[in-house]
Amino acid sequence: MKRLTGELTYPFLAVLAAFLIGGLVVLLIGENPLTVYWLLISSAFGLYDALGNFTWDNWGYTLFYATPLIFTGLAVALAFHCGLLNIGAEGQLYVAALAAAWVGFTWTGLPGILLTGLAILAAMVAGGLWGALPGWLKARFGAHEVINTIMLNFVAIGLVSYLTQNHFKIPSDPIMQTGMIDEKAALPRLAHLLAPMGIDFPARIPLNLSFFIALIAALLVWFFLRRTSWGYELRAAGANPAAAEYAGISVRRQIVLAMAISGALAGLVGVNEVLGYRYRYYHDFSPGYGFAGIAVALLGRNHPLGIVLAAILFGALNRGGLFVDIFTDRVSKDLVQVLQAIIILFVAIEILFRRGVVRLRRIMPQRALSPSPNESSGRPTL
Amino acid sequence: MIDTTADLLNLTLIASTLRLSTPLILAALGGLYAERSGVINIALEGMMLAGAFSAAATTALTGNPWIGLLAAILSGILVGLIHAAATVTWRADQVVTGTAINLLFLGVPALLSGALFDSTGATPQLTRDQVLPDLKIVDPGGSQTLVSIFNQKPIVYLAFILVALTGYVLARTRFGLRIRAVGENPEAADTAGLVVARIRYTAVLISGALAALGGAYLSIGQNSLFTRNMTAGRGFIALAALIFGKWSPTGTLLACLLFGLAEALSIRMQGTVNIPNQFIQMIPYVLTMVVLAGFIRRSSPPRALGIAYIKE
Repeated sequence: MKRLTGELTYPFLAVLAAFLIGGLVVLLIGENPLTVYWLLISSAFGLYDALGNFTWDNWGYTLFYATPLIFTGLAVALAFHCGLLNIGAEGQLYVAALAAAWVGFTWTGLPGILLTGLAILAAMVAGGLWGALPGWLKARFGAHEVINTIMLNFVAIGLVSYLTQNHFKIPSDPIMQTGMIDEKAALPRLAHLLAPMGIDFPARIPLNLSFFIALIAALLVWFFLRRTSWGYELRAAGANPAAAEYAGISVRRQIVLAMAISGALAGLVGVNEVLGYRYRYYHDFSPGYGFAGIAVALLGRNHPLGIVLAAILFGALNRGGLFVDIFTDRVSKDLVQVLQAIIILFVAIEILFRRGVVRLRRIMPQRALSPSPNESSGRPTL
Repeated sequence: MIDTTADLLNLTLIASTLRLSTPLILAALGGLYAERSGVINIALEGMMLAGAFSAAATTALTGNPWIGLLAAILSGILVGLIHAAATVTWRADQVVTGTAINLLFLGVPALLSGALFDSTGATPQLTRDQVLPDLKIVDPGGSQTLVSIFNQKPIVYLAFILVALTGYVLARTRFGLRIRAVGENPEAADTAGLVVARIRYTAVLISGALAALGGAYLSIGQNSLFTRNMTAGRGFIALAALIFGKWSPTGTLLACLLFGLAEALSIRMQGTVNIPNQFIQMIPYVLTMVVLAGFIRRSSPPRALGIAYIKE
């Protein structure tokens, strides 16, 4: 219990600090921060619309926006457990999305379930290979994965842009997108899942089966890392490579494996986008899911449950941001991006809060100083 | 006749290469200072964006591009201060902090331009006499080829001067020696009586100023306004050039010129040559990966790069 409060304290403080600074910025711009934040929160979590009618929209969209962030957050966290920083989720999810779409509009002769399954598999394999490449470059040549994943983001976006433009676009279409995937490949939206139960969930909300795939992925990542020997080896390679090597674990193999799984998880964003939302590959679709994933993983302290919660918070910010954009004169939805960036910054410099909390505990002498649980891991903070 | 046209094309290619390399050179030099002192700077992109926006916004408000330039440098120093405080003083992960700064300055300019100019992420268009003027090295009425090569913005010349200056500072001055010392072996530098944190702060602030200058060149030199995400990955190309150039000023300059040439070619070849544009744009990124995997071991990064120094 004590550990749990410790785990929650710093992320909470980081979010609070980000909102305070964001509030100052809003004030500077000339709007009332309280009004802006109320708009943000009520439009993300409220159950009633402005007219007082019950609505699923807010929660529906918040969870829809959270879905890709769960995937990228898990991707970043899994690599991190092996001591790697995967900044390449953005590139991985692009190649994966195109791969899923390609299966969806090419293998149309296959029966429904098989086609969907194959499209999901294609996304995971494409993302996994794109992630494994910098892993292999690190394992084989010692090339730093941070630089290579950044470089591969640009290469991936160039590659899918080329393929879309020159091979998969319908020539008469002015928009950079592929043709539609076969309807059989599409994942059902929540509206269709809830309809048999008599719940009237609007079909326009794009929340789909991918959200549940994301929750299952979170559970599987937890199980893999904490309950299997493979996960243990992966974490051992990250925590202390020399000791792991001594114990007979091939650190190089773990690096490639971790990056491959990480890429496959990031690739599932393509499943939500292509099979659950647009039913085609639409170029430039990601507003930076891969980078937001770093924030989500950090804020969720690299724990699957924390990541799901952090992703829902970020999803809520994205949903609320749209309302702030529309209903205030001067504050745009870019406020959300600024808030997210400040959150990462504060989570990264957690030591700031830690010192503050330690000082507080000193002031209250009856409570003993307890050593922090996460002080000793490979990297100093993340 | 055909030959002269080809020559003209080649010579104006030099002009556009110089123009397109300039922001890369400045940002990469910025990266060089930070990284030689031991602080990873993947925040170059954000620093460039901050500089580009500050320059354009200030010029739009004051009508004077030189004040705009000054504002850009100040904004760069400020962003450098955020990076240095987080990574040097509070020992935050340097890569994560850099990523946060990049995200931050994707959002901040858009937020501020909305408030200042009631726009969605862009600053107002500057008039011709509000952007930085071209130098008149050769007679503007003479050969247009020579004019396009030599009559560049002052920042273009400044970039090359700064490369030479950086080479001199790093190799020959006490300050340069100190930067290298804290980047290679901070413990020894500390033992020798240097304040590691102060030197790293200085290096990162210089880094911010230079990268922001590169950004300013984009918004009030090459163009006449700031647009959303106008750096379009140039901060990362600069980082690539720094690695490709093995963290040395001359190597970095050559890498930037190469990447500038690639961009110039990709613009020129649009629609005429059968190589897809996307592949030409990939060149810097692919080359960097090849270098990292191949002959980088002969010249490795500063030894203490990425490691926060904890004073005993």
